[in-house]
Amino acid sequence: MQMRVLKDVHRIVERRELAPRVMLYRVVAPLVATARKAGQFVIVRVEEGGERIPLTIADADAEAGTITLVVQEVGKTTARMARLREGDAFVDVAGPLGAATHISKVGTVACIGGGIGIAPVHPIAQSMRAAGNRVIGILAARNRDLLFFREEMRRACDEVRVWTDDGSEGKKGLATDALRELVADFGKVDRAVAIGPVPMMKFVAKTGHELGIPTLVSLNPVMVDGTGMCGGCRVTVGGKTRFVCVDGPEFEGHEVDFDELSRRQALYREEERASHDRYMKEVQS
Amino acid sequence: MSDNGTPRDLKQRYKTPKQEMPCQPAEVRARNFTEVALGLLGDNAKLESYRCIYCKEPACVSGCPVGVDIPGFLHEVEKGDLAGAARVLKRTNLLPAVCGRVCPQEEQCEAVCKVGQGKNGVAVSIGRLERFVADWERNSGMAQAPEIAAPTGKKVAVVGSGPAGLTCAADLARCGHKVTVFEALHKAGGVLVYGIPEFRLPKAIVAAEIKALEAMGVEIVCNFVVGLTRTVDDLMKEYDAIFVGTGAGLPYFMDLPGENLGGIYSANEYLTRVNLMGAYDFPKNDTPVIRGRRVAVVGGGNVAMDAARTALRLGAEEVRLIYRRSREEMPARKEEVEHAHEEGVNFTMLTNPLRYHGDERGRVSAVECVKMELGEPGPDGRRKPVEVKGSEHKIPVDTVVVAIGNGPNPLVPRTTPGLETKKGKILARDESGKTSLRGVFAGGDIVLGAATVILAMGAGRKAAKGVDEYLRTGAW
Ligand SMILES: Cc1cc2nc3c(=O)[nH]c(=O)nc-3n(C[C@H](O)[C@H](O)[C@H](O)COP(=O)(O)OP(=O)(O)OC[C@H]3O[C@@H](n4cnc5c(N)ncnc54)[C@H](O)[C@@H]3O)c2cc1C
Ligand SMILES: Cc1cc2nc3c(=O)[nH]c(=O)nc-3n(C[C@H](O)[C@H](O)[C@H](O)COP(=O)(O)OP(=O)(O)OC[C@H]3O[C@@H](n4cnc5c(N)ncnc54)[C@H](O)[C@@H]3O)c2cc1C
Ligand code: SF4
Ligand code: SF4
Ligand code: FES
Repeated sequence: MQMRVLKDVHRIVERRELAPRVMLYRVVAPLVATARKAGQFVIVRVEEGGERIPLTIADADAEAGTITLVVQEVGKTTARMARLREGDAFVDVAGPLGAATHISKVGTVACIGGGIGIAPVHPIAQSMRAAGNRVIGILAARNRDLLFFREEMRRACDEVRVWTDDGSEGKKGLATDALRELVADFGKVDRAVAIGPVPMMKFVAKTGHELGIPTLVSLNPVMVDGTGMCGGCRVTVGGKTRFVCVDGPEFEGHEVDFDELSRRQALYREEERASHDRYMKEVQS
Repeated sequence: MSDNGTPRDLKQRYKTPKQEMPCQPAEVRARNFTEVALGLLGDNAKLESYRCIYCKEPACVSGCPVGVDIPGFLHEVEKGDLAGAARVLKRTNLLPAVCGRVCPQEEQCEAVCKVGQGKNGVAVSIGRLERFVADWERNSGMAQAPEIAAPTGKKVAVVGSGPAGLTCAADLARCGHKVTVFEALHKAGGVLVYGIPEFRLPKAIVAAEIKALEAMGVEIVCNFVVGLTRTVDDLMKEYDAIFVGTGAGLPYFMDLPGENLGGIYSANEYLTRVNLMGAYDFPKNDTPVIRGRRVAVVGGGNVAMDAARTALRLGAEEVRLIYRRSREEMPARKEEVEHAHEEGVNFTMLTNPLRYHGDERGRVSAVECVKMELGEPGPDGRRKPVEVKGSEHKIPVDTVVVAIGNGPNPLVPRTTPGLETKKGKILARDESGKTSLRGVFAGGDIVLGAATVILAMGAGRKAAKGVDEYLRTGAW
């Protein structure tokens, strides 16, 4: 580790809009790029005074020393991020954090990404395939505008299927329908990985459980440090309290108390709205 | 002074009253985050130092975990040579401005001070004077960088930038070794920056110390989580020795029903949001914290006091400290308990939480408690609290801070094969903190369990000595 690497500035070398309010950033972070494994995330602070927010490492280029983040604009921090340009930098990038996905050869694996969840499912699909599994990627979203990474997923998977709630692209239906169809087509799915909004993960996990498919989900509670120090990210899994940032972020879906997770995610709604409104006013004037 | 070192004016010294340190008035300070205690004024400091009788075998020095030459620096203060006093202090204590503020002096140096013995005795205010000297030095801009030995060509990695790591790094740099400190968070200082609140320890002080360390050539790398960004094994390939000072950063919960309801924080999270992330100044800073109207803090230590006093400053109408023993038995420093009491914290003693109740949004609305009474003394000599049957009652709250203690941070032990631990703490084989792995030392809270700043600093210093010896001799 050269000192230069240790103190490298987290410059944005590529910035691209993937879908409305979904932005891809490729950022200089050589230490993370060389150490990360599928399933891990980073904590980013955009600027001084800013919040620490967790973002999944959607891809990495060890040689170039960059990581790729795919970020949906939902509030102040992600809106602030979207105003940065190539050449600008994040003040802090810490990671890789969390436990890596347990990758093993099991047979047929369904990698289901719902909306923004397509980004975090991508590296898992890559690793699952590298381990010798047959990987079927499922991209699911409300409508076609919210889909992205079609090509990336095609490269990562043996086959990709697209589903939208309104049928504007691919088949019409929900991620749960997609999983049912896979079982019908293949006879057996040995493992499912579902990442997306909480309701989607909840129902896919339920369906997976009914079909006898072990279904992994990646949880996204509010975090602060991301190193197990604060307990803010705690969620009940299998009746026990777990710290998602160090024990997860992935857990067996049927054991997760998703309702508790949703309620904890909503804890700061009012503050978040106030903060976002204030920021939008600021940039408009 | 007479020839044998005993001052001739003993009577005069004994007659001098303890000098008070001005504080912000309780009703004012309970609503702001600026420092509570304002520090001694120059003349009072001089008078206070005059109360020392320069014992030939100073008990105070043996009461200090790092053996600060207390009469030595007091003598300089008395003479009016504050730069000299600072020099004496810094020989043994890297962070006097910090220790002067947060050391539990009443259990350490001041507990055994000769002047404080006897029925009307009041110990010399060693901590306040230490703070006075350190503050003077920092503000004078005359702080001298310590001498640094010629480069040895050896590289040492220090993991964690709390008081243990900072002290170890400073001492190793002085020996001429190239030191890199790796810190998981985005700011260096450990508990000094994320835990202990601004009103007890202004962050500018910690920042100044860290700048001084960098001026000595120590490299500080933040956002580097050892165990994940790189493992200890990885570091061993590039560094000649490692010191692990990762602290006791694992918050304990009580495993009560409802403990994951919204609005229930660990003290670590609550204090980190407010101190490190600056939530007291939301929305200027982005990180929010729930500003409860009725806040309950569970616990009776320093951390609980800090949380309760922080809640007041965030505007709570009622802050209640729930503790299962009585006030006399609280492990917190007496001064902090008094401060909290003056500021209006409600001490709900001999009470223990059983479960939490929530509202329809999943936020805590009440804590159900049971009354306790003190029974027979347990193995530790303290009387064991036992539940009073039928005394269950609900206390309405909208925010709860659980401050019942912290365990050792598991990240490094979990990712370092062969590193021996006991109950999660890294096992140190001797005073210098040698672990089961050659070249790897450890100290501070990760070895001791949640302890004190000064003990962590002492451990850092002893480890630095051990590391230096190891690097010079290669002997393990
Ligand atoms: C392990 C993990 C991986 C994630 N990966 C991605 C990703 O790859 N791409 C992506 O777009 N999003 C990801 N998220 C979610 C992302 O962190 C939040 O969208 C982001 O923090 C929102 O910040 P904001 O200030 O823009 O919005 P805010 O207005 O502050 O919040 C909007 C919502 O985002 C969530 N949120 C807010 N603050 C935090 C926080 N500190 N930590 C976690 N969630 C928070 C809350 O549910 C909140 O209601 C991930 C979350 C976790 C826990
Ligand atoms: C709220 C509070 C109030 C307190 N009040 C007092 C007081 O008044 N007086 C007193 O004497 N003591 C007090 N203490 C205790 C005192 O702060 C600690 O004993 C002391 O800070 C321990 O020092 P340390 O260097 O061992 O660890 P810490 O100060 O905990 O520092 C450890 C550092 O290591 C970092 N780290 C952890 N894991 C990793 C990793 N894997 N890689 C890189 N970095 C890592 C952490 O982020 C942290 O910065 C208080 C503690 C708390 C929490
Ligand atoms: S370091 Fe702490 S214990 Fe030692 S003399 Fe200073 S205040 Fe007292
Ligand atoms: S014990 Fe008290 S009086 Fe004696 S040297 Fe120490 S500070 Fe001075
Ligand atoms: S984010 Fe603090 S413990 Fe997980």
